[in-house]
Amino acid sequence: MTIAPAKAGWRFRQPSVIPGFGLTLGFSLAYLTLIILIPLSGLVWRSAALGWTDFFAIATDRRTLNALEISFGAAFIAAAVNVVFGTLVAWVLVRYRFPGRRIVDAMVDLPFALPTAVAGIALTTLYAPNGWIGHLLAPLGIKVAYTPLGIVVALVFIGLPFVVRTVQPIMEEIDKEVEEAAATLGANRFQIITRILFPGLAPAIITGFSLAFARGVGEYGSVIFIAGNLPYKSEIAPLLIVIRLEEYNYPAATAIAALMLLLSFVMLLIVNLAQSWSRKRYG
Amino acid sequence: MADPEIKSYEPHHESQSAAVTESLPVRLLLMAVAFAFLVIFVLLPLIIVFHEALAKGLGAYTESLSNPDTRSAIRLTLLVAAIAVPLNVVFGISAAWAIAKFEFKGKAFLTTLIDLPFSVSPVISGLVYVLLFGAQGLLGEWLKAHGIQILFAVPGIVLATVFVTFPFVARELIPLMQEQGNGDEEAALSLGANGWQTFWYVTLPNVKWGLLYGVLLCNARSMGEFGAVSVVSGHIRGLTNTMPLHVEILYNEYNAVGAFAVASLLAGLALVTLVLKTLLEMRYGAEIAATRGH
Amino acid sequence: MEVRVANVRKEFERFPALHDVSLDIKSGELIALLGPSGSGKTTLLRLIAGLERPTRGKIFFGDDDASQKSIQERNVGFVFQHYALFRHMTVADNIGFGLKVRHGPSRPPAAEIRRRASELLDLVQLSGLEKRYPAQLSGGQRQRVALARAMAIEPKVLLLDEPFGALDAQVRRELRRWLREIHDRTGHTTVFVTHDQEEALELADRVVVMSQGRIEQVGSADEIYDTPNSPFVYSFIGESSTLPVKVEDGQVWIADRPIGLSAPHAPSGDAVLYFRPHDVELLDGCSGCIAGTVAASRRVAGTRRVELEIGGERQRVEIELPVDHPAAQKSRVAFRPRRWKLFPAA
Repeated sequence: MTIAPAKAGWRFRQPSVIPGFGLTLGFSLAYLTLIILIPLSGLVWRSAALGWTDFFAIATDRRTLNALEISFGAAFIAAAVNVVFGTLVAWVLVRYRFPGRRIVDAMVDLPFALPTAVAGIALTTLYAPNGWIGHLLAPLGIKVAYTPLGIVVALVFIGLPFVVRTVQPIMEEIDKEVEEAAATLGANRFQIITRILFPGLAPAIITGFSLAFARGVGEYGSVIFIAGNLPYKSEIAPLLIVIRLEEYNYPAATAIAALMLLLSFVMLLIVNLAQSWSRKRYG
Repeated sequence: MADPEIKSYEPHHESQSAAVTESLPVRLLLMAVAFAFLVIFVLLPLIIVFHEALAKGLGAYTESLSNPDTRSAIRLTLLVAAIAVPLNVVFGISAAWAIAKFEFKGKAFLTTLIDLPFSVSPVISGLVYVLLFGAQGLLGEWLKAHGIQILFAVPGIVLATVFVTFPFVARELIPLMQEQGNGDEEAALSLGANGWQTFWYVTLPNVKWGLLYGVLLCNARSMGEFGAVSVVSGHIRGLTNTMPLHVEILYNEYNAVGAFAVASLLAGLALVTLVLKTLLEMRYGAEIAATRGH
Repeated sequence: MEVRVANVRKEFERFPALHDVSLDIKSGELIALLGPSGSGKTTLLRLIAGLERPTRGKIFFGDDDASQKSIQERNVGFVFQHYALFRHMTVADNIGFGLKVRHGPSRPPAAEIRRRASELLDLVQLSGLEKRYPAQLSGGQRQRVALARAMAIEPKVLLLDEPFGALDAQVRRELRRWLREIHDRTGHTTVFVTHDQEEALELADRVVVMSQGRIEQVGSADEIYDTPNSPFVYSFIGESSTLPVKVEDGQVWIADRPIGLSAPHAPSGDAVLYFRPHDVELLDGCSGCIAGTVAASRRVAGTRRVELEIGGERQRVEIELPVDHPAAQKSRVAFRPRRWKLFPAA
């Protein structure tokens, strides 16, 4: 279409015969504002009201720093574990045919459907020193429950579906011909996977990682049972918020929450940059 | 007039050419690792819930479920879901209609905002309401003066649940309705239907399976939410304890059978959700669109 | 019902899709909007339907200003390109939908709606398929259900957007003839959009040729084909050959010689000569004709296409010869267009 630009006023929406725009957008915005935006901005307002010195004092408090380190560190390790095993699970589900594949596929969503408190007590019971898995690990000197390792285990459970469900659809779309082409050009299986398949999956893997990571940082229910919750050692940031709230120390709770949001935001920014880099490179 | 019946189907590639798959031992090894991982991290936690719940026999199980505090926790959980889910359904439909059927400025931004609750820790989702309605909160004084109880009461629990389950229905419907376009609605309007008739007779039937899918996930999360609800509930037994919170209390009291009995109900809910979800995906995959995941 | 489009302009975002378009459609007429994609034909159709609102200008149904009416009030039958059949409704429910959503006394009882639906199914030759769902129909059958659904509301005008676009060639030809029959029987004022000139010329009483948001020409198939009034119409409809020429003293010249065509009313200066490749007169000698060397010769079905190089600038032009014509064997061919037209050089 050859179209000459013409002048027209700024328009909030393009005209359409479909009715109900004002009603639905108005209701949606009102609901969004009441439920999400006002409460969240209350958090921002409260932490701004703290002032720099107070905020800085809370933020650099040893216990706060340790809790943040544990939350972000454990979430990072768990997301990394899930990248490896989640991608493997996705591969097996997409590429191999075996009886019960549907059931295994559905099982991947269990961590998403199972309430976190239930997951928490179940994992704790499994990994306690006398539990089904715990008693196997105890002779090896490995303690999971009531240690930081327990936090990682809980976050691996929570994050698994995020990686699998992001990678799986992209894996399904891979064109077999590309692999066959690589094979005709003399590449062996390992080369095909590392040089042809993996680069194509990288953006999805990064997305899956960041979703699992973000979920892990904020996770509360499944972690508090298994973590042991020792201050400075196995106390996660969300729990510290709850503790501060129970002490009626609203400023501290607010500051830690604001800090968490800020850090998550920065992490996601980094992930987005990594993603756009890998998209540019691998398309 | 002879138009042949047109049916499209794609051949399903079951077989893999030898060049593009791994050798049998490698395949078996990969499958073994994947299954072992899933068994340890997913299946065992599920099994142990029922194992522990029934550890002292069926009698102890049913007895702990008939405890009045447990009963009231179940009632409260159902009540909260019965309020939160319909609210988010109305919002989801409304937001999807505005976003999918119209072009307007700031649409992408609005879509991002809707996903916001997913990137906030559940504890923070509860905290924001404490900051708003708590004794030291922005509205705390006013609420107290007027004798309105929001925090540590059902309204607070409902609000926190609505917050964390906010995006489920909307994010399911938005891509679905966008994909379906406005053609059917324009056809209905040109045939004389008004807006409400168009929605009721044409749009809703077109998205009903996607809507059900969203409701399913929204419901599972609202019944199972722990962190956000825990912050606003106050843990008053028999009054503001939902099932997940009751699990925590019983567990911390070393009442393992009681805790796992309630947990088994929640696990049952999760299993029902998964089965329905899988059935929906199998039967109506195309009609709930490629928006699986979270 | 007469439809009058008066000075309509339509902009999307900031870009005009239609510039100042006017068109009178007579009652009972079958009219085609023909043009390449992006020419604005679908926009014009959607404006008539009320699916879009004009940025400027008005649309009249009879003497009523329809621009002020909502789509529901306009009472138009619109057949969508991809039919937009409601897939969760049976064929009968689809056809009856427009009657079912009426309010008050204008809404016929259920039995009457059913009767009307099966009557329309008879008309579109799909009797007995009432209980089927759209997914169980072939493309051509869906097309006919869509038409029946549009006619069920007794529309003032029937509007069809690329009605046969999604069908294969065979079905398309059959439906074309069938649509003409239905139109002649029911007498609805009908407007359809197409990018297929064969379809437009064969089916329509009048064809509206559009390009770049403007109407280029309106006329019967004969008028459009025989007397195109713009270079666009000349080259868009049927085949055409062109040659750059000069007009001097009422004569048409190529390079330094007149070619025996007189154009007493054309202004002097550079121009482009348009003619149909098959509509030429072959000549032996050459004083006052176009002559060129044969550059390529192709056999196309019943005729032979010859590409000639003309004059010092080696301008190429294509003409069509009978297969057995001796000229095809020669290396030089001379001809003169029988029917032609001059347009000012671009």
